[in-house]
Amino acid sequence: MAHILFFLLAILCIGAIAGFILSRNQAYSALFVILAFVCTAGLFAMADAPFVAVVQIIIYAGAIMVLFIFVIMMIDIKKGLSPEKKRWITAASVGLGLILLLELLFAVKKIPGGAAAESLGAPSRLGEVLFTKYLYPFEITSVLIIAALVGAMVLMKKQENE
Amino acid sequence: MIPTHYYFVLSIILFFLGIVAFFVKKDLVTMFLAVEVMLNAANLALVAFARSAADVDGQIIIFFIITVAAAEAAIGLAIILHIYRRKKTIKTEDINLLKG
Repeated sequence: MAHILFFLLAILCIGAIAGFILSRNQAYSALFVILAFVCTAGLFAMADAPFVAVVQIIIYAGAIMVLFIFVIMMIDIKKGLSPEKKRWITAASVGLGLILLLELLFAVKKIPGGAAAESLGAPSRLGEVLFTKYLYPFEITSVLIIAALVGAMVLMKKQENE
Repeated sequence: MIPTHYYFVLSIILFFLGIVAFFVKKDLVTMFLAVEVMLNAANLALVAFARSAADVDGQIIIFFIITVAAAEAAIGLAIILHIYRRKKTIKTEDINLLKG
């Protein structure tokens, strides 16, 4: 069972990257990369790293890729998306939404009452190591983020002599 | 229980595809996406190592990689937008100011 899931995710991931390489449209490329990241998150979850999988989906597939898509939106691409709305896309999105709903309901039903079993990548253990052994790198990371924030703002500032 | 070397093989394939994408693509945003794919392949290898060593440190390093990737994406995309504002293009063959 686990092997089937692994190969399914692996093939989907490689296929998504292949689609990313073959796609001519930048927006489609970004969406293919998001699919690959979601598949990788599934692989993380299978390798005893559930918290890393969640972070991968929220930060990578969520925040960073949305940033990319915003930039693709601002840059004028020659070949845009076709304006007419396809019917099967609507049907597919409704179907996928229903699947997600069922999944969430299933997950809510399966929440255990007692304490969860301590696995390798359990959030409590990760937090313990992050805030003891890796406390200084963690604090230095905040300086890095501030530097990136200020750098991005300075880069995008309108200059008078332009 | 999936053997660790399966993860390594997949990670290597993903890294290879990322490199191919980096060299095949001709515009800056997609090349930048290829870099993210390569970072992701490295993350996959780190998760596999963390599991095989039964040590949580590999997963901690992934958090730092993701943070650095976020900072890198913010700065890199700002630079790309800046180039687009000045030259009205993001194709790599049109950005040849440093070409000898």
